Amino acid sequence: MSTPKAMQQSLALRLSSGAFLTFWCVLAAFPIFWIAVMSFKSPVDAFAASPWDVIFGPATRAGGDGLSVIDIVLGLVVIFFAIRWAFTKLPRMVQAYCPPGLMILGWIFGAVLYAVIFVLIFFGLMPLILGVLNSLLGPLGTPVLGLTTEHYVAVWGENEFYRNFLNSMLVTAGVVTISLTVGTLAGYGLARSGSDLAFWLLILALVFRALPHSVLVAGYLPVFINSSENLRPIFGEGAPTLYGQPWAVIAVLVSINQPFTIWMLRSFFQNIPAELDEAARVDGCSHFQAFRRVIMPVMWPGVITTGLFSFLLGYNDFLVTSLLLDAQNQTMVPAIAGYFNRETTTTDQVEAVAAAVSITAPLFLLVMVFQRQIVSGLTAGAVKG
Amino acid sequence: MKFKTFAAFVGPSVFMMLLFIAAPLVSVFIQSFQVTQPILERVEVETCTPGFLTQTCVTETKTVPVLDDNGKTITQTQWVGLQSYRNVLQMDKFWEAVGNGSWNDIMQIDFWKALRFTLSFTLLTLPLVIGVGLAIALAVNNATRTIRGPIIFISLLPFIITPVIGSLSIYWLFVGDGILTSMMERWTGTNISMFAQAWTIELLMYFYRVWHVAPFAFVIFYAGLQAVNMDTLESAVIDGASRWERLRHVIVPHLMPLIVFIALIHLMDCYRVFEEIVGFRSQAHVISLQWLTYDFMTPDDAGNRAISRASASAMLTMIGIVFLLILPLRRTWRDHKGSAH
Repeated sequence: MSTPKAMQQSLALRLSSGAFLTFWCVLAAFPIFWIAVMSFKSPVDAFAASPWDVIFGPATRAGGDGLSVIDIVLGLVVIFFAIRWAFTKLPRMVQAYCPPGLMILGWIFGAVLYAVIFVLIFFGLMPLILGVLNSLLGPLGTPVLGLTTEHYVAVWGENEFYRNFLNSMLVTAGVVTISLTVGTLAGYGLARSGSDLAFWLLILALVFRALPHSVLVAGYLPVFINSSENLRPIFGEGAPTLYGQPWAVIAVLVSINQPFTIWMLRSFFQNIPAELDEAARVDGCSHFQAFRRVIMPVMWPGVITTGLFSFLLGYNDFLVTSLLLDAQNQTMVPAIAGYFNRETTTTDQVEAVAAAVSITAPLFLLVMVFQRQIVSGLTAGAVKG
Repeated sequence: MKFKTFAAFVGPSVFMMLLFIAAPLVSVFIQSFQVTQPILERVEVETCTPGFLTQTCVTETKTVPVLDDNGKTITQTQWVGLQSYRNVLQMDKFWEAVGNGSWNDIMQIDFWKALRFTLSFTLLTLPLVIGVGLAIALAVNNATRTIRGPIIFISLLPFIITPVIGSLSIYWLFVGDGILTSMMERWTGTNISMFAQAWTIELLMYFYRVWHVAPFAFVIFYAGLQAVNMDTLESAVIDGASRWERLRHVIVPHLMPLIVFIALIHLMDCYRVFEEIVGFRSQAHVISLQWLTYDFMTPDDAGNRAISRASASAMLTMIGIVFLLILPLRRTWRDHKGSAH
């Protein structure tokens, strides 16, 4: 479609809007990019005064850790092909080898297998080959870019960050599954019922959405800490203390997330024509059968989008998890607060940076894979809510 | 849909919301009038240290908590009325400060300090977020189609990043010898520390929040721009409207519902500002209402949590939410009644 002549923009306008966009992109990406760079440098470089020192890392290079030109070129080539392969061949292979009913399992399996192969090639095979190449090629093989993974090794190995990672995964997976199960049913019910009750429920959910989480946690905390005594009459001696239990936190996060989830899923269900389940009802299905046989097959785009936002809520939460979980069950985000207290040396600081980057990396992948769903989720909530 | 079926569909969700949102609210309300304390008793303890000829003995009265058979402290819960609210609000100090006409004295009291920051944070970032979001949306709408995807990808990064990590990433840029601080020091030739006084920290917090939320506004405005009526735009051009006038009289009115939506969401989210305080470690200078409640709930050095004061400050926070939601709720209610008739 060609723009009408009157609508065309002057050169100055186009230039300034381009400049503004470039500025915004730099602004948006810079802090994240910068902490990623810092996390790979020795402390001296990471907090150097000159930006070039941070990027090229002379002190890190002097320490014997660095990448040569060959390393960088080959690494970029491998990454480029890995990404291309992931977006072209991988979906086709999943579709070819997976039985049609188990598409989601097939995708999970495919993604995990892909990740394992990538790690094996990138961190197993590449260093071996490059070690030989670097020693053969002389000047091209000498390190030019300081880079060290010691902070990641320290964070994930010595500090046992993988425990926090597993806790995070447990909490997040629980939050996503339960809030989707409960939310889909409610969202469908609300979308198909035009009653006043449904309207008031939605308004109530909106009010709940506005509550600061600390208000709610102030309600949970004493109850959770004393729950063992309070529950004893019902459960006997084995009554659990809810404080510090991941599943109690999952229940809390699911409920906090419910208002948002039902609003979003409702707007998705309203987009599915009501004639669809009416036809099923005419054919003799009950409401639940209609939901299961007619609606469930077509609701996945909305469910995936809502699931992404539930994931973000569970994964990003600091307040609830830091107050309701004890040290053994701590998730990643509150665990990073533990670094604040220790952060005495610059090494500690760079380790905290490495931990922060480790938390961000999965989110980065998430945006890469699900960009379209996230955008559609944001707009779906806005245009109809 | 019959009521029974509706209840079956909505039941689990409503149950969870009642159990984990409504019930805690009630219990916070009750707790804010109560204080739970360990029962203390005064005992005389005689401590003796070996000395020459005779032992040196000192008798002193100590206050110790009463223990039950299992060795746990016995606590009792008392109704104290508005005492916790008084402890949080510190009205006597407040009126004294008002009497002196001293703004600084008011800002010494935690609650009023937190309230001041929360309100100015909420109200100052709102126009910035809407403005920046709209500007990015317009610029992306002008850009060629091929680069829109990558720009949306980059823009989503600040939005999706964990808030604590996001504020930390900016904190690290400006901390003591951070890269941007040293750059500013080189330009100005003075020694700058961004985290030593309240106003610089606040500026960074405003910047962080706009950076974090503008992408959300951008995506929504961008979707809205796709649906602008081209005929109206063209007739505006024929009528001789300049680009600015078209924006002012065609595009912005078209986006108005979205602007209201973003403003509402933003007010809700900003009012509970919290992660910035953790990420920027600004407790000593700048605190927010939600952080105040959080701070009462975290165990102090003796391991005690000030639950009743936390409840009181939580209830005070709630009052703000009521004010915040009255207008939009009244409008929704009127719309609903209008659609019913």
